[in-house]
Amino acid sequence: MKGSFIDNLPRIYGIYTGGFIGFIVIMAIAEQMGMSAKAIGIAFVAFTVFIYALIGYLSRTAQADAYYVAGRQVPTVFNGMATAADWMSGASFVAMAGGIYFKGYGYMALLVGWTGGYVLVASLLAPYLRKFGCYTVPDFIGTRYGGNLARFCAVVVLTVASFTYVTAQINATGTIASVALDIPFQYAVYIGLISILLCSMLGGMRGVTWTQVAQYIVLIIAYLLPVFWISNKMGAGFFPHFMLADEVARIGELEQQFGFIANSKEDLALVPKGLAGITKAHSAVNATPWAFISLALAMMMGTASLPHVMMRYFTTPSVKAARKSVGWSLFFIFLLYSSAPMLATLSKLSLIDPTLSTGIIGKSIAEVQAIDWYQNWNQANLMFISDFNGNGTVELNEFFMGGKAVVLATPEIAGLPYVISGLVAAGGMAAAMSTADGLILAIANAISHDVYYKIIDPKAETAKRLVVARVLLVVIGFAGATIAAMEIQGILGSVIWAFDFAMSGLFFPLVLGVWWKRANRQGAIAGMILGLVSGAWYLVWVRSGGSGFLGITQLTFGIFGSAVSLVSMVIVSLMTQEPDKATQKMVDNVRVPSGKTILGKQH
Amino acid sequence: MSNQTKHWEKSRGLLFITLAIWFVFSIGIFLFGAEMNEVTGPFGYPWTYWFTCQGSLGIFVILIFWFASRQEKIDEEFGFSEREDE
Repeated sequence: MKGSFIDNLPRIYGIYTGGFIGFIVIMAIAEQMGMSAKAIGIAFVAFTVFIYALIGYLSRTAQADAYYVAGRQVPTVFNGMATAADWMSGASFVAMAGGIYFKGYGYMALLVGWTGGYVLVASLLAPYLRKFGCYTVPDFIGTRYGGNLARFCAVVVLTVASFTYVTAQINATGTIASVALDIPFQYAVYIGLISILLCSMLGGMRGVTWTQVAQYIVLIIAYLLPVFWISNKMGAGFFPHFMLADEVARIGELEQQFGFIANSKEDLALVPKGLAGITKAHSAVNATPWAFISLALAMMMGTASLPHVMMRYFTTPSVKAARKSVGWSLFFIFLLYSSAPMLATLSKLSLIDPTLSTGIIGKSIAEVQAIDWYQNWNQANLMFISDFNGNGTVELNEFFMGGKAVVLATPEIAGLPYVISGLVAAGGMAAAMSTADGLILAIANAISHDVYYKIIDPKAETAKRLVVARVLLVVIGFAGATIAAMEIQGILGSVIWAFDFAMSGLFFPLVLGVWWKRANRQGAIAGMILGLVSGAWYLVWVRSGGSGFLGITQLTFGIFGSAVSLVSMVIVSLMTQEPDKATQKMVDNVRVPSGKTILGKQH
Repeated sequence: MSNQTKHWEKSRGLLFITLAIWFVFSIGIFLFGAEMNEVTGPFGYPWTYWFTCQGSLGIFVILIFWFASRQEKIDEEFGFSEREDE
């Protein structure tokens, strides 16, 4: 191939995409020839993970700026894809459609929040942090405000938020690996972890960037193909996003017809843990304005404070490219997020509409219990029916399903070949791996660069710094996997907490660092410490039975934390001396795109 | 007023416009979620439902690209755009 690697990117990933589609076709043919479902599942996960590991190996590097910021030469569109994969976690891929399916409008605040946050990223932060030329987010805090204490506080907030998030992702890779490879979860978690480390260990940010692009391609094909296929098969419309209004209305009619009958406590006690029935209207507004807006707002501000997203924009060649790249990121995220409600609609209609052959409501209990897919998913503890009222037929309030089943089981319910289910497993694995990689790298880089190199041993040589960075990567990965193997929290709850922690401690110190020249070190330290502590206190208080105030729940505690952070930062800044001339000049320089970065190329 | 001050004032103006549009489609319209959902919107979906599924999300994508190109124009106007670009 002629020209550099970067020049050839469209060709390389074009060939890769073609190869992956070819692999799907081969698997489809193998299925027709009698390959077992289990073998197809193993082949999909093993093949894709092998490709990522190969990319990780080919991207190995011994240079600091390649390891930390991929040499700052990632083109806008590719950085957009990498950010989208970095962003869309196992939760987005596996749990989101399920959340929409069960909770409707109130849950869809997450869709608005997880996209709207990018407007804040693009306008308030990303281009300025790119101009700064930092390697990590604490690098910005440490240089803008000065002093090791400020830098260290930023590392603490970053670690708390990212670590909460990463255990959930390793948990998700473990779940998928254990289902696809048919091994116990406790071992599957470590297989997931090793796959994750293979992508990031040798190449750092460079390796993660190019595997994330590859993972995005797998996950978006795996998400969109079933949605379009099911929609066409049901005759719901060629392009579901524009053509499902009738189906949404039909679900509303059926809900009216069946009615939402509440189950008694005794009946519900028989339902396996984690499964839920349909108790909320599909498209009606079922949350108060504040419940919706507060959740969306918390997710938006959290988005702008999460370091694994922010550091992706340090890898673009210029400030201009950083801005455009945020737009591309959101475009690639939009492709999946706008499809999740469509999948929820198709899934629900195929299950509850008695006029469709796949519908189970109104059929006899015995008939449903005899269906193959029901038996499979019942065995996997993701589906359950019970004849509470004893009339022999399945009613709307007698059918229960796990949130994950909406994505994982719908292809099978709609009668798609098994090859699609294998593809979906590979997609879920890609989504969880890419996010876990970004997060582990964010933590390890912050500790190796900001704590080890900047605070402990500023004279360390590059080779030694990179060894420390890699050792930390492995240590943090294993710590995360160990906690994930204990299975303490659900996937989605801990993801949302991560956003709240990040916004509590980092949102205002980051934004005011660029937009308010008067912000000083004392103010930033107060903002980070008091914000994080008060947010964490609120979470503990509400979880231990506290009533909370202003309708702020354990999912939106960041609103309280960040308010405390803002107030304390402003008050302390104004009470102490304004930043010196050099710092003010630095802020002025950050605000114009041209000229040298604040921090040198090697720092 | 120096060139740089003017550049920053204009950039700040653009920020306020961007954040105002962002506010309308991420927060403002959901104050009236229940009322708006009674009305049929694009492609036949109820309005609020459509905004949460596609509308607001798509508007954010367009808003960021619009913001990026406006900011580039401001940078050029004051001679602050980067020279050695991709």
